[in-house]
Amino acid sequence: MIKLNINNKDYELDIDPNMPLLWALRDVIGLVGTKYGCGVAQCGACVVHLNGEAVRSCVTKVSRAAGQSVVTIEGLSPNHDHPLQQAWLELDVSQCGYCQAGQIMSAAVLLKENKNPTDRDIELAMEGNICRCGTYLRIRKAIHLAAAIQNKD
Amino acid sequence: MNQSKSTTSRRSFLKSTLLAGGGLMISFSWLSKAGLAGALSEHTLPAEWHGLTGYIKITPDNIIKILNPNPEFGQNVMTSLPMIVAEELEADWKKIIVEMGPHDNIKLGPQFTGGSNSVRMYWKPLREAGAAARQMLLQAAAQTWGVPITELSAKDGLITHTTSGRSATYGSLASKAATLPVPTEVKLKEAKDFQIVRHSQKNVEGEKVVSGKPLFGLDYRQEGMLYAMIQHPPAFGMKLQSFDAAAALQMPGITDVFKLQLYAEDFEQGGFDTRTFNDLLVVVGKTTWEVMNARKKLVVQWAAAGDSKDFIAGRNGKREVIVPGALESTTTQLADMREYARKPSQELRKDGDPETAFKNAAQVIERTYTAPFLAHNCMEPMNFFAHVTSEKALLAGPLQAPGWIEPTLSKLLNLPPEKIEIQMTRMGGGFGRRAYGHYLSEAALISKRINAPVHLVYSREDDMTYGIYRPMYTATYRAALDANKNLIGFHVKGGGIPEHAVHANRFPAGAIDNYLAEGWSIPSNITIGAFRAPRSNFIAAAEQSFLDELAAAMGKDPIDLRLELLKKAKDNPVGKNNEYDADRYAGILKLVKDKSGWGKPENKKYSRGVAAYFCHNSYAAHVVDIVMKNGFPYVERVFSAIDCGIVINPDAATNMVEGAVIDGIGNAFFGRLSHKGGAPVQNNFNNYRIIRHSEAPQKIEVHFIQNDIDPTGLGEPPFPPVFGAVANALFKATNKRYYDQPFYEQIPKPGNTLNIKQKLG
Repeated sequence: MIKLNINNKDYELDIDPNMPLLWALRDVIGLVGTKYGCGVAQCGACVVHLNGEAVRSCVTKVSRAAGQSVVTIEGLSPNHDHPLQQAWLELDVSQCGYCQAGQIMSAAVLLKENKNPTDRDIELAMEGNICRCGTYLRIRKAIHLAAAIQNKD
Repeated sequence: MNQSKSTTSRRSFLKSTLLAGGGLMISFSWLSKAGLAGALSEHTLPAEWHGLTGYIKITPDNIIKILNPNPEFGQNVMTSLPMIVAEELEADWKKIIVEMGPHDNIKLGPQFTGGSNSVRMYWKPLREAGAAARQMLLQAAAQTWGVPITELSAKDGLITHTTSGRSATYGSLASKAATLPVPTEVKLKEAKDFQIVRHSQKNVEGEKVVSGKPLFGLDYRQEGMLYAMIQHPPAFGMKLQSFDAAAALQMPGITDVFKLQLYAEDFEQGGFDTRTFNDLLVVVGKTTWEVMNARKKLVVQWAAAGDSKDFIAGRNGKREVIVPGALESTTTQLADMREYARKPSQELRKDGDPETAFKNAAQVIERTYTAPFLAHNCMEPMNFFAHVTSEKALLAGPLQAPGWIEPTLSKLLNLPPEKIEIQMTRMGGGFGRRAYGHYLSEAALISKRINAPVHLVYSREDDMTYGIYRPMYTATYRAALDANKNLIGFHVKGGGIPEHAVHANRFPAGAIDNYLAEGWSIPSNITIGAFRAPRSNFIAAAEQSFLDELAAAMGKDPIDLRLELLKKAKDNPVGKNNEYDADRYAGILKLVKDKSGWGKPENKKYSRGVAAYFCHNSYAAHVVDIVMKNGFPYVERVFSAIDCGIVINPDAATNMVEGAVIDGIGNAFFGRLSHKGGAPVQNNFNNYRIIRHSEAPQKIEVHFIQNDIDPTGLGEPPFPPVFGAVANALFKATNKRYYDQPFYEQIPKPGNTLNIKQKLG
């Protein structure tokens, strides 16, 4: 049995401890907001927070998350009103939208650690998140906007 | 007001229904046949696609629901198509609820996302539906209040009689409106009066996207659902010979391993039934990860497939196609292309006497361009849910063309089409890849075999190495100049594996007296398919790079040369069937020249390249500005000018152009799918390079030509000219021409580039 705390909810899963957190979330628990894109930590679609750190759930064994706090896109904010979610909607960032949960989860850790990121800070923090539709400019703008919203609150 | 009359029988198409519990439903079932034929001329259309039915539902509690007929893959049709309805309906956009329509090509029309056609083909029918509903609501109010309809106005879902001060919501009038005859002629709004269309509206699914709601195919789940994956051969030209599943079956969570034939030997393939492998080795289990693990335990013997036969359906009956069995490598492919390029080929268009022009030329410029196969790399890998029983089939997932796969499923499953339900989920990208529905067929046959609901999942590696790539292309351009550097002849000879990319009737055809276009192709077992602006995405790169070099040889500014040629094409066009409008083409060049400050001293720090192209009925031009970043060329700014007629949703359209520009820069620099011994060399994002955050420009400034022309394509047209503009800017930055995509590895290493730039400066 693996005990997990996901989005402040406790789960007990009877699964192989080697199963990547991504598949435990998606196939076992049914939290499908975290996306599969590459399976080899290259695209960032699967980023979740483990004890507040951004991790790639496709290469994170579920045993590593046992007994610890996991936050997924579904639990980023209670009413989907995290400054990043607000900014994403304000700037209508998404095209297909598939990568955006991972983008937002990566950006959330950046914003927690850096209240006023520069373009360069954003590039460095977000380099591991691919957007095949090419919404990078809007993502950059949205992170700046989210920082402004966050600093105002 | 425009009076709009359908080209087909008016009475048959608009239908009103009184909803159970009250309220109005307008169904519409027509599509201008002329418009449809033009819109989809590049594709094979099943004969039964002649109607379009959607609906607008207005309930007594004033809820307005609009059905989106077309699949959403990020082009934002879930928002833009309902906007068109709401505009004519005079509804309050904020109160509209949008729902994705079911698959029903008889009632909902083509339901095809591709060819940049979504808005173009639905524009008129959706407007007429909205306008008809509005007119019926006005009539209902006129009758209720006993006033002339001309004294009434409709706005924001409210009908007002100003004289008496009365007003009523659409909802309160909907039940009465439903009893009225459907108007046989509807008045469409003037473009200048648009309140919703041409005004940026937010993506109706934006909130679901940012909160991680199940939207995509891979998110689809059903109780008792199993997961399946296919172990396909490691190389094109190989097939499954035998396997030992004992170890795989011992793995936890695994329920089944078996071989499955996709198509029977004499199966007649439709145009979008392309598949790479026919004998499938399938692993089924309880979770994706368990199936992935079990696959590693399979012991498989693969064998050379040898030459094989496919039967392809066509207008003139089925034809037999030999699929060559060779295990191809990029080096042999390039050598083959060089050999074929020297052979005589098919003449596609000839104006004047190009042979004599070249014979008499004082100078001939000849350049050859190449581009590799490209994988679409949709962020959401191919996948589909299927539950097939002996009675019926339910399929759900991401696809661009349900109407093209349904007849195939019907044949494969031996079920009539009405027993096959295909649900269209939001797609995590498409780019043309999801027009090819082999993965639905596979999922359906797997479900039938195991008699259970199943989700077929392609891993990233499966997805990238499966095929259906953008073809490999080459083109040789020649220009003949006289002693005064006048352009007297032009020749393009294009080829590729397995098709060429020459559009013989596009610019500069029509602008040059002596013109020759030729094409050739090499058969291959590497499967190919539509990829964002098929063919245009290569030929624009080659042509626009060549025009840049030609302008330099003629001592002309590259924009001026294009404008001169376009003036000739307008005033004194050469030949027939010139596909483009020279004025509109010139218009985007002038706009991009103006907005980019072309030739202005303040832009001197940038190495600038320009390119323009016409495809999918729209015009796009870019100026790309390169600077050196860490000693390497970096596209810092892009200025784009687009003419796609009326822009439905400006901010979303701008987003689309920004994305196309970034996609173009990425593929020009990095995109490549190469082969060795038949096997794809790249199989995931660690070796297939995709453009990332730091490589995206600082600024992309998008300008649309303002006109009232009915909307044309936007998803594809901005993409092809990016490659040429990048190549031309790279020349300015590094003093080296780039003929072979991708450009990245040919760019002089950091240090060298700076020196070159400094020398030039």
